[in-house]
Amino acid sequence: MIETKALTKTIGEKMILRGVNLKVNKGEAVAVLGTNGAGKSTWLKIVAGLLKPSSGEIFLKGQPRKKDDFEQQKVLGYLGHQSFLYDAFSPVENLKFFARLYHISSPDTRINKLIEDVGLAYFKHEPVRSFSRGMIQRLAIARAILHKPDILLLDEPHTGLDQQAVSLFNRLLLDLKAEGVTIIMVTHDFQQISTVCDRAVVLRKGRIAEDELIRGRPVSWIHSLYEGEAATS
Amino acid sequence: MKHLLAPALAIARKDLYAEWKTKQTITTMLIFSGLVILTFSFAFDPSNQAVSALVPGMIWVITIFAGILGLNRSFTTEKQHDHLHGMMVAPVDPSGIYIGKFLANLVFVLVVQVVSIPLLFLLFDFQVPAYSSIFYFLLIIFLGTFGFIAVGTLLAALASHAKSSEMLLPILLFPLVTPVIIAAVQATRLVLTEQEGAAAALSWMQLMGAYDVIFFAAGFLLFEYVLEV
Repeated sequence: MIETKALTKTIGEKMILRGVNLKVNKGEAVAVLGTNGAGKSTWLKIVAGLLKPSSGEIFLKGQPRKKDDFEQQKVLGYLGHQSFLYDAFSPVENLKFFARLYHISSPDTRINKLIEDVGLAYFKHEPVRSFSRGMIQRLAIARAILHKPDILLLDEPHTGLDQQAVSLFNRLLLDLKAEGVTIIMVTHDFQQISTVCDRAVVLRKGRIAEDELIRGRPVSWIHSLYEGEAATS
Repeated sequence: MKHLLAPALAIARKDLYAEWKTKQTITTMLIFSGLVILTFSFAFDPSNQAVSALVPGMIWVITIFAGILGLNRSFTTEKQHDHLHGMMVAPVDPSGIYIGKFLANLVFVLVVQVVSIPLLFLLFDFQVPAYSSIFYFLLIIFLGTFGFIAVGTLLAALASHAKSSEMLLPILLFPLVTPVIIAAVQATRLVLTEQEGAAAALSWMQLMGAYDVIFFAAGFLLFEYVLEV
């Protein structure tokens, strides 16, 4: 589904990624772990098309990633550190704008369902500037999956969510996974990884240091994997 | 085209709707143009015929400075929550973002002109020499504004990456828009102050037309690289 081969990225004099080879199969849910500055978000941004790699190749559904291939872009859903939402607009207005960008015809039903799914139905006509961090994150999640992407790229998606929103979001991710959506999640939240993901990849200093299946493993084991101390099979 | 014009219209519509809701940019631009007109109307005696020679220049002073206020906000507001990245991860041609922003900026400046130019004429008791001049005058206003906004939109996107973008934009913009502004002021002066001014202004209009085509094409082609900075 997604493959990066010998991917490198240099910013200024700093080499952020040093030849990342990673293949994620269709329907997999993969957690990308690593300390700050390990290159997780950079790798995700390159796959999303927000950054250009210094060298290396990216393949989506077996095809080389091309900058002007908008059909490739359409299969991706990206949730970054920022919400991409407009403060002056309500959830409905925000999602309608993104529906136009994604050429979604008659998006009203989809928008109303998503707003309901993320628990913002009561606030759907209120301007986003009055929302809390958690509410904005819920809406940002709705924005990322509005166009029913085949691949979901999530950068620390649980940030700012309360416990209720976390379980709601995890349920949403598991539903998407059951529908065959490929999920790649950059995160530091080991509890959520064990709930949602099948596999964990640990980046250290721009290289893949660990790549293990984690389904059924305890959180403490994932923590050991992150620290580089896990006993792997 | 699906990934160019449809997103461009969506972005322009979004900007205009956001402005309709907040009225932040257009209010600032209108207040600025009102202040310029008021200051000049007190500084010069409007009954003096020689003062009418200032009107073409004042039209473009208002356009440039009110325009810069709008251009500065055009991309700095998009930086707030990384909105540009939101557009870039969507199936949108980067040139579509340029066209959308260009259209919204053009509308803002045209609205300011629609309000301020009649007010300027009124306060300075300015008479157009012939009714046929009005068509040429409107054409000149459009051509000059088009070129100014075409360059301004591209440079506003470039300047928005810098910390002092509001200071950087005029520094980058003024040298590049000088040709179109000179042509616009000269052409406006000719059609507003001379009986047969339209014929004399034709070469200036041709210059503006060529400038518009070249710089709109440059913005269209280069915008992708500006986003990558």
